[in-house]
Amino acid sequence: MTKLALSDSILMKVEKPARYIGNELNSVKKDKNKIDVRFAMAFPDVYEIGMSHLGIQILYDMFNKREDTWCERVYSPWPDLHKIMKEQNIPLFALESQEPVKGFDFLGITLQYEMCYTNILQLLDLSQIPLLAKDRNNDDPIVIGGGPCTYNPEPIADFFDMFYIGEGEIMYDSLIELYKSMRKDNKSREEFLHEASKIEGIYVPSMYEVFYKQDGTIDEMKPIYEDVPKTVKKQIVMDMTESVYPEKPIVPFIKVTQDRVVLEIQRGCIRGCRFCQAGMIYRPNREKNVERLKDLAEKMLKSTGHEEISLSSLSSSDYTQLDELISFLIENYNGKGVNISLPSLRIDAFSLDIMSKVQDIKKSSLTFAPEAGSQRLRDVINKGLTKEVILDGAHQAFLGGWNKVKLYFMLGLPTETEEDMKAIPELANEIAALYYDTVPKQERNGKCQITISTSFFVPKPFTPFQWAGMFEPGEYLRRAKIVNDTVKAQLNHKSIRYNWHQADVTLLEGVLARGDRRLSKAILYVYEKGGFFDAWGEFFNFDLWLEAFEKCQISIDFYAIRQREEDEVFPWDFIDCGVTKEFMLREWHTALSETVTPNCRMRCSGCGARKYLGGVCYANKN
Amino acid sequence: MRIRIKFRKYGAMKFIGHLDMMRYFQKAVRRAEIDICYSEGFSPHQIMSFAAPLGVGITSDGEYLDIEVNSTYSTKEALERLNATMVEGVEVLDYVELFENAKKAMSIVASASYTLSYKRGFESPFPVDEWKKVIKEKFKDQRSFIIIKKTKKSEKEMDLKPLVEQFDVYEKDGQISFDIKVTTGSTNNVKPELVLQSIYKELNLEYDTDAIQIHRKEVFAFNDKEELVPLIAFGREIL
Repeated sequence: MTKLALSDSILMKVEKPARYIGNELNSVKKDKNKIDVRFAMAFPDVYEIGMSHLGIQILYDMFNKREDTWCERVYSPWPDLHKIMKEQNIPLFALESQEPVKGFDFLGITLQYEMCYTNILQLLDLSQIPLLAKDRNNDDPIVIGGGPCTYNPEPIADFFDMFYIGEGEIMYDSLIELYKSMRKDNKSREEFLHEASKIEGIYVPSMYEVFYKQDGTIDEMKPIYEDVPKTVKKQIVMDMTESVYPEKPIVPFIKVTQDRVVLEIQRGCIRGCRFCQAGMIYRPNREKNVERLKDLAEKMLKSTGHEEISLSSLSSSDYTQLDELISFLIENYNGKGVNISLPSLRIDAFSLDIMSKVQDIKKSSLTFAPEAGSQRLRDVINKGLTKEVILDGAHQAFLGGWNKVKLYFMLGLPTETEEDMKAIPELANEIAALYYDTVPKQERNGKCQITISTSFFVPKPFTPFQWAGMFEPGEYLRRAKIVNDTVKAQLNHKSIRYNWHQADVTLLEGVLARGDRRLSKAILYVYEKGGFFDAWGEFFNFDLWLEAFEKCQISIDFYAIRQREEDEVFPWDFIDCGVTKEFMLREWHTALSETVTPNCRMRCSGCGARKYLGGVCYANKN
Repeated sequence: MRIRIKFRKYGAMKFIGHLDMMRYFQKAVRRAEIDICYSEGFSPHQIMSFAAPLGVGITSDGEYLDIEVNSTYSTKEALERLNATMVEGVEVLDYVELFENAKKAMSIVASASYTLSYKRGFESPFPVDEWKKVIKEKFKDQRSFIIIKKTKKSEKEMDLKPLVEQFDVYEKDGQISFDIKVTTGSTNNVKPELVLQSIYKELNLEYDTDAIQIHRKEVFAFNDKEELVPLIAFGREIL
């Protein structure tokens, strides 16, 4: 049995020791003496969150299929253990071997949200790896970042040796081969990084220099060597059906957020909502064949023993073979001890029929994400959902016995007016009224319950809204108050509940999302003053961030609040994500003219993703 | 048809708590394709119950759970199927069909036996002979052994003597261990470390929970003849 990295007395002291012992079913153990490359794959958040992430499971499976590579997992130790590890100088270890990460060849860190940036530093610090890439030497692991936040890696560029831009399934083999051969030839870290920067999709920040204008915006970013490419091209899987997918995912002992079989049915989205980064960077939409999905569902349920299966994609209703897939799952698993958990489907007769089969209507709720309250603003953001569609869906659902509705919106979208804000509760009120009109008193199962949730909009790189400005926290809260006051003044206010997000986290997310290299020192400042786990309300310390910005002369106005000029060079412009900047600018103008752009299946809008020669761009075309 | 399963839990698995072990077995039973019965309703759950919860940090050679099945493999095949899908640290030891009149394991548990040993790097305050003498004089030769049992709300006196069926000490490979058998169950429940802790207290010694590894050996219940027998004795092998 593997000797644990932590002593019994430490494990008995910390919350949930199962986070740190590894040994889960389907986790992979190898003989380290027969391995060339050791890869630590880290998620910079607590175990229960990290274990729920599909991307790591895919890459874990892919790496471990290689005989020469052993990929292990690492998660952020919770603050209770963090303190003990610092006090006792215990190096961070990988779960499978329980051996220190600092002895590995690679430390890969997946970046799913900006609020985990301080946790990157925690991982490096506990691993006893220098926090800044420039301070590392030949003995330190190569620190590589991946995931959606790498579409603007600049704010964290100083902490990483390299980033992998795009979907991990494609270029890691080349990277590992290069690493092996250069290590055999006793090449230096610097020489390896230089060579690696020539692999498509690999971005090595130290190979580039950034020049700024007087006003603080970027003048130019250019490679320091002639043979380093000026643009880094995103990597994507074009054959989703044949692509690697874990048939034996790891089964955690403790309950994690995603405690079920997750079936990825497609990547990318045809919709083109203008606020949505995933909808742009994962273009083109690519489906996985339904027969492969049926086979995977069967194998994964069998190999894990999970009692639930759910589908994963950005917009499941758009999957062309959804009827067939869901019918298969219901036929084979419903009533046989396996719950079928449906993603948010478009509410119509088809989805209501399915939902009534697999859920308890009395307990389940309908979810709509109109994102904006008024039709005008929905046109601005290109969210195709209309009020008629929502009311019709709700009407059918009320007839079917449902009485709970959840509505998701954003506040602070570009061009938002007070009318748009008030339209949010007005829509909720109309849905409530519809319930009381539709369902006769004697058939009602109590009041209907409508929950409105609003988040505040954060402009993201590689979206048509990347030029948009943000607001001060006070302004966000003022907008939430308008919604709240309107809710309370309405006839059906007793049937409506309203929740809104924190405003200061939003603003910080805004700074980090579109920041540049100069932000690294502020992130470092916050971590060194004890700030981490910013994604957790109980640990988030906005004042510390404000202090860091002041000390490092970072202007929130410059990074988050101002609206950007149309010809501004962005920190992320060196990445080619397939969708062109011209397209996004065109969409920004179309948005401001309150005009909808049709989805990819209706008509090609020329975003640029056709160059990948597959997916929806070529489906059903002659 | 009702089945009783016995398993052992060792190594790193001692850090997996009782509720997580239940979840672990729910999934394991599915992987092994045991034809377990489910409750009715929208979120059906398996008919499964554990005998006596085991605390985090404790290893065991005698853990039990009862399940209800529609049909079953033979004992041999069920053991093979279950053990093929276990993680390191859990081994299924037995799988028997319960006799018709057998009650649920959790309702009949009467006592459990444990070994408490000093972990590597921790010293016993006495050599084994001294311990033998102390246990005899302070515990075995006494008519009663009164302790103060503290709960969240109150403190009350309790006599440990009738609740401790065995309390012996021995040395093996230089390691001192205590064999302690205590009354277990819903009415009178004594934790084995309470016995050792109380002796430490009697001797004015500081008890260090980190120093002792607790290991459960077996769980017992009374049979028709009022004899204490291991829980597995209430079923028969399936051929």
